[in-house]
Amino acid sequence: MKVGVLGIGITKFGEIWEEGLRELLLDAQLRALNDAKMEPKQIDALYTGNMCADSLSGQLHIGAMAAENLNLDKPSIRVEGACASGSLALRQGVHSIASGDADIVMVSGVEKMTDVSTEQVTTALMGAGDEELEGFNGLTFPGLYALLAKAYMHKYPALTRELLAEVSVKNHFHGARNPYAQFQNEINIDTVINATMVADPLTLFDCSPITDGAASIILASEATAKKLGTEVYITGSGLANDSLSLARRKSLTRLDAGHAAAQRAYKQAGITVKDINFAEVHDCFSIAEIYAVEALGFAKEGEAYKLYKDKQTYFDGKNPINTSGGLKACGHPVAATGVKQAVEATMQLRGEAGLRQVKGATTGVTYNVGGSGATACVHVFKKMK
Amino acid sequence: MFRESPIIRWRNYSDRYRLNGYKCTKCSAAYFEYKGLCTCGNLDFNEVQFSGKGKIVSYTMIHSGPEVFENKSPYCVALIDLVEGARITAQVMDCKYEDLKIGTEVEAVFRKFYASGEKGVIHYGTKFVPKF
Repeated sequence: MKVGVLGIGITKFGEIWEEGLRELLLDAQLRALNDAKMEPKQIDALYTGNMCADSLSGQLHIGAMAAENLNLDKPSIRVEGACASGSLALRQGVHSIASGDADIVMVSGVEKMTDVSTEQVTTALMGAGDEELEGFNGLTFPGLYALLAKAYMHKYPALTRELLAEVSVKNHFHGARNPYAQFQNEINIDTVINATMVADPLTLFDCSPITDGAASIILASEATAKKLGTEVYITGSGLANDSLSLARRKSLTRLDAGHAAAQRAYKQAGITVKDINFAEVHDCFSIAEIYAVEALGFAKEGEAYKLYKDKQTYFDGKNPINTSGGLKACGHPVAATGVKQAVEATMQLRGEAGLRQVKGATTGVTYNVGGSGATACVHVFKKMK
Repeated sequence: MFRESPIIRWRNYSDRYRLNGYKCTKCSAAYFEYKGLCTCGNLDFNEVQFSGKGKIVSYTMIHSGPEVFENKSPYCVALIDLVEGARITAQVMDCKYEDLKIGTEVEAVFRKFYASGEKGVIHYGTKFVPKF
């Protein structure tokens, strides 16, 4: 399977008080059209990821909004899979082309989160967990990943508090080199360890922030993409699911859905982990990046700490992870994240990543997670000569 | 929001008040709260009343709670393996957080959770206390 990436667009991530849900989405859509040098009427279908607009903005019907923004009457659907909404929209776009239903598709992700209180956002995000089994007991999203962190660091004490903090330090280092990032400042281990506790052992600097933002990407069939001289293609898409609640998982020290999604995507793309030059992964919390690098196969279970000890995950290291700054520094407008990962992968493969460019990259993967691992979606991006 | 609804928790009262669970008639897997289809493929369950005894598998202290728990922060939430085999998510209370460990034995207690607004229904359920 090959689906071409014709255009990418991304808004600045952060507290974008001047723009609402609709404006953010339109901003990203227009940037993607501009990048692809296309007119709206060339789009055959639209898929838009969004998680929280109903609970935070009182707005549903995001599919219609995405089409209306471009004055189109084309098929347009909102896709929701919690924090994985963006990559699920991307997968739907890929499938819509693969099925022959559409030739050119626009995929977007948008989230407007800073109009309401932190408690309201906390409640809305917990909808990604199991409301009856977890939410009722006062569990929060940071709480879910804190439970994972506690279990993991108990079983694998080689992942020390300091090494876990290296995840956020590295992501801020990359964020400082990404003009779209919410936080463009470097931090050190002490910043992370001494920050306010959110859910033991995770501090504020282990947690991705509350962010506004949108990202769009325009896809086309291989034939159309080739005609247009497109360089970057999606060659694999893998999706897997697991129980909503942590209590019903087989293991607390690995995310089975992540491992399965990676294997499915690699198989479709015909690659192994050795072929991968960089990865954009879902570090909603520092510990989530540890699970991600193990799910993608960069390290065996319990051994991800080695990559952080040797500082291999920087853009010029052996396994560059989250060159965008990840969710921690680039920000996490929930459903925009999955599409942002695709935008970053495309920038890297085109050689447009500036100060964080991975030299000579030809293969990259994106890894997007919903909830505490109930959904995992992996895509493989390849540069074709 | 949905948590203001007087009826939303009603159908779980029996399970939550008495700590009732479901045991698969085929593979004996135990679940807290309704599962419907066992991972082994079986549809038949026996209702069981759990003893309320278990061990902490993982735990955390939540400093920033959602709306209804906002003024109860910080509080401890744990994953607990009950002796009957089911794993349950619950708050652990009446103890010093620093004294808890993975493996700490705990016991179920019946407790108030929160009220649906000022004049709304009060929701109850099961929390746990350590047995040191």
